[in-house]
Amino acid sequence: MADFDTPELKEYLSIPAIEPGAMEGLAPFVAKPPHQEPLGYPGELVDNWEEKAIEKMGDMLKKYRGFQVFLDSCVKCGACTDKCHYFLGTSDPKNMPVARQDLLRSVYRRYFTFAGKFFPKLVGARDMTREVLDEWYSYFHQCSQCRRCSVFCPYGIDTAEISMAAREIMDSIGQGQKYCNEIITKVFSIGNNLGLPEPALRDTLEDLEEEIYEDTGVRVRLPLDEKGADILLITPSADFFAEPHIDGLMGYAKVFHEAGVSWTISSYASEAANFGMFIGSYENSQRIAMRVREAALDLGVKRIVHGECGHAWRVAYSFWNTYAGPWDFLDPNYPVPQHICEFTWDLIQQGKLKFDKSENDHRVVTFHDSCNVARATRMGDKPGGQFEIPRNVIKAVCNNYVEMDPDTIKDATFCCGGGGGLLTDDLMEIRVKGAMPRMQALHDVVEEQGVTNMAAICAICKSQFSKVLPYYKMPMDMIVSVHQLVSDALILTGQNDGDEASGEQDS
Amino acid sequence: MSTLSLAYVVLFYVAGFIFLAGLVLRITKYARTPAPLKIPTMPAPTTRTGVVMRLAREVVFFQSLFRSNKWIWIFGWIFHLSLLLAFFRHLRYALSPDSILWPLVNNEIVLSFGKYAGFTMLLGLLGLFGRRIFVDRVRYISQPSDYLMLLLIMGIAATGLGTSYLSHTDIVALKQFALGLLYFDPRPVPNDALILIHLALVAILLIVFPISKLLHAPGVFFSPTRNQVDNAREKRHLAPWAAELDSTRGNR
Repeated sequence: MADFDTPELKEYLSIPAIEPGAMEGLAPFVAKPPHQEPLGYPGELVDNWEEKAIEKMGDMLKKYRGFQVFLDSCVKCGACTDKCHYFLGTSDPKNMPVARQDLLRSVYRRYFTFAGKFFPKLVGARDMTREVLDEWYSYFHQCSQCRRCSVFCPYGIDTAEISMAAREIMDSIGQGQKYCNEIITKVFSIGNNLGLPEPALRDTLEDLEEEIYEDTGVRVRLPLDEKGADILLITPSADFFAEPHIDGLMGYAKVFHEAGVSWTISSYASEAANFGMFIGSYENSQRIAMRVREAALDLGVKRIVHGECGHAWRVAYSFWNTYAGPWDFLDPNYPVPQHICEFTWDLIQQGKLKFDKSENDHRVVTFHDSCNVARATRMGDKPGGQFEIPRNVIKAVCNNYVEMDPDTIKDATFCCGGGGGLLTDDLMEIRVKGAMPRMQALHDVVEEQGVTNMAAICAICKSQFSKVLPYYKMPMDMIVSVHQLVSDALILTGQNDGDEASGEQDS
Repeated sequence: MSTLSLAYVVLFYVAGFIFLAGLVLRITKYARTPAPLKIPTMPAPTTRTGVVMRLAREVVFFQSLFRSNKWIWIFGWIFHLSLLLAFFRHLRYALSPDSILWPLVNNEIVLSFGKYAGFTMLLGLLGLFGRRIFVDRVRYISQPSDYLMLLLIMGIAATGLGTSYLSHTDIVALKQFALGLLYFDPRPVPNDALILIHLALVAILLIVFPISKLLHAPGVFFSPTRNQVDNAREKRHLAPWAAELDSTRGNR
């Protein structure tokens, strides 16, 4: 299937002996000028890039407390060394969180600390050289910014912050990543990551309405750009075309329909994803987030509901208020934004949704906590709601639910392997290898408890798993959207009886 | 006063100055650098009080480290706890019995366990040193400075133990030296090889503190992933430099 070996799934997850250089040289395609310049970055590597990189680092040290504190505080205790899925899957020691940080910390020490300036060898300080830059480009694109290491660090050092900063420095000297920057360029020019223009989006949504009608005999609408709707749905554009994302989108539509609320999608802000976060760019993230504010104002909505997407929910939950707030023009009775799982769970608690759970009886379901949802956001009123609410929703619509190994769920969850701007074919090797710990835990429950499906609430997780499951000899359609499960069990008012909905009757 | 005593007096004033000034500068830097985004590692407390509790659990029990790795935790925690006990036990050299702080020194815990803290400290440090040598992952990330730091503190612990178990130092003279430094009334340093080495190593530790990874001590309190409240949706978080960008983000 590829020119690398898929890691073998063993009886349990073990910590490998280090293999220096195992992933050396793996790097994504470099962005070309048309994908650099629209983001405000130089088209290609600038002449005095060494100097510029250090200058940028100095600038970021003044702007980001976390960056400064994290670079100073590490004591090299080793607690994080066995926590990264990419290290566990590749054995490359530079994929250990502390070693990844040290790629940058060594340069920080050389130019910004007393010890590094005068005793570089003693503290492992290095000059900014081409070799260092290449190493940064390679290994900071082998980090999915999942924050698992930050959970286990005694000082909360977050490698995601370091890798974001490194990417921002590289972008600013003209060494950007093609995948992320091309996508951001599309958002600026068209409105979503896919580059799906308004007419195509409208067609897609009409097709889905037709599909739901054929399936259920009920006219469920998926409105686009409808002014005066109560709710604006912001969802990842993968929901408009990819499997199993699209089944999730139909699930949201059915839930909105049953709730009797008016809602709309915006063609201008037809993207929840915000890859500006992956490249550590405050300015670009803000520019993307502002599209949501503009759409909400233009459409005159009262609430914003957010679809199933991990990093996007992080940006929405944690950063939207900062980037694009205040949201004082929206209805203060609802959180801004509200996650679709929060929305659905509220309705379930109010008894407003009717389910036939047996529709999911052919499945034994487990839930994959997406890293950004688990470790960077919340749902509901209480800490940990981000774990409970999606599970509550699943359990309300499925009879057979099991958990994976407790060391691999909730805030200890293992990344799917494709997050953080790594969901691109040029990084397939690291994606497959990095998925190993999650595949291991999934494989265990498949073997022992007969799990047939893994549900997720992240567009990247869903795409990544569809791609890597076959490498581990599991079917690609094991991965489902949480709202696909909701959709399958939901009984719409006036719905046809039974499975054999003809779709022929008049409405 | 002998040249040796003079050298030690100067050394301690210089070391003390570097320690205090360096630390104040660093802490000021941390405090003044804004954290523009909400990045607490979730689940995080939703109140200030909750954050104080979270930090307290980190600082007192090393909560995250406990979850992470029991070996590093046990060695690290024993070392730090011993350090704390030894510190309180050493206060007796800088306090007089009529000081209001005297109960900190003259209590059952410090008196009974403090005496052995040097041994447990060495034990913890040896464990951490052993991990650096024997665990391939930790060996890979260790720089010379990481070994030296452990050796330095081990040296302090060993010479300290030596002064109470091998050759007894003139405690009265030592206390006069310490109080002399504090009250700017320099007294001679006890002329005893062990205590001189012990003191010199402590001075080096003070000097190195604000320019090394020992900054993890103040750092943990400024770590945004640990000290931020989870209230991003309820309260708009805006750093001064980010607020300036608001005016350029368009007219909405």
